[in-house]
Amino acid sequence: MSNRSLTVLGTLLAIVAVLYACQGEEAIRKAQYYTNGQKLYAQRCQNCHGSNGEGLGQLYPPLSDTIYLAGNLNKVACMIKFGSNETIEVLGKIYDSEMPPNKDLTDQDIAYIMTYIGNSFGNELGWIKTEEVTNSLAACNKGD
Amino acid sequence: MKYIINNSKWFYLLSALMMATAACKQNGNSEKLPILGKREAVSKIVNGNELIDTLYQTIPAFSFLNQDSTEINQSDFSNSIYVTDFFFTTCPSICPIMSRNLLQVLDKYRGNEEVKILSHTINPKYDRPSVLKKYADKLGIEGNQWEFAWGPQADIYKMADSYMVFAKEDPNAPGGFEHQGWFILVDKQARIRGAYDGTDADQVSKLLSDMDILLAEYHEQ
Repeated sequence: MSNRSLTVLGTLLAIVAVLYACQGEEAIRKAQYYTNGQKLYAQRCQNCHGSNGEGLGQLYPPLSDTIYLAGNLNKVACMIKFGSNETIEVLGKIYDSEMPPNKDLTDQDIAYIMTYIGNSFGNELGWIKTEEVTNSLAACNKGD
Repeated sequence: MKYIINNSKWFYLLSALMMATAACKQNGNSEKLPILGKREAVSKIVNGNELIDTLYQTIPAFSFLNQDSTEINQSDFSNSIYVTDFFFTTCPSICPIMSRNLLQVLDKYRGNEEVKILSHTINPKYDRPSVLKKYADKLGIEGNQWEFAWGPQADIYKMADSYMVFAKEDPNAPGGFEHQGWFILVDKQARIRGAYDGTDADQVSKLLSDMDILLAEYHEQ
């Protein structure tokens, strides 16, 4: 009896430990992606979107619209890589300026940038993985 | 006797104070921006005496169309100091930072008729007045305190030379044009009084305080 309960307790502890380790790993990955993304953001995005993601007038949209970001992760990945000619609505305002492509950025780079944006400027979207970006890009690249 | 000594103490104290105040005032008055560019000495005869005068480099006459397709020329800027720059609307590199910083200038002096902003497009082929108008609208600019200048490319590039700003078409540069992000401060006599890196926050703060110093020159008398 006590042997069995020990086994159960041990198993439970093991599960908790594994879960905890996974979460720990996720937090570390998120932090790594965030830091790398911050550097890339400063080089590639900040000129237009601002150092605080505030955008510029109605020329360039702010990046602080969490609802837009969360609902358009695939589209955002595609816009970063391939640019955009679309008219979009962000925080109730219309933006129709062209966004230039960044075709030299790898899927990994884009995951870095999206993790940074997704967890800055009031956003808390967590770690955005490279595979997610790869899938998003495969979907929007179908037309080409 | 004691009374007199006391009195003279006060006298010294007062005169020291007055001298200090005068020194401060003089300091305030002497804070002037340099006049940049070439200069030459010219002699002229006044009342039969030969006088030497300094001729400063000035911005030559110009005529462009603004964002409303209305002609603008140097006389539109003769009653104001102005900040000028060279940009293009599709510039992916430094121009958005420059526009963001010029908005800061506009915000500080909004409605002040003695202050204007003049942005020249170095890509007049694409940035026609209607495109400049749309750009201005999207920046939230109303009225004509901030003018956008459009004209033949050669004329624009000649103006860049006059303001001592480098600009040239270059297919290898981001967006197709190579240019410098200078903000040039020009006084009411069309003389260059300062040049600032329009992409650097500290330099833009310096511009804002220098503009106050320059405006004060016109308010002394």
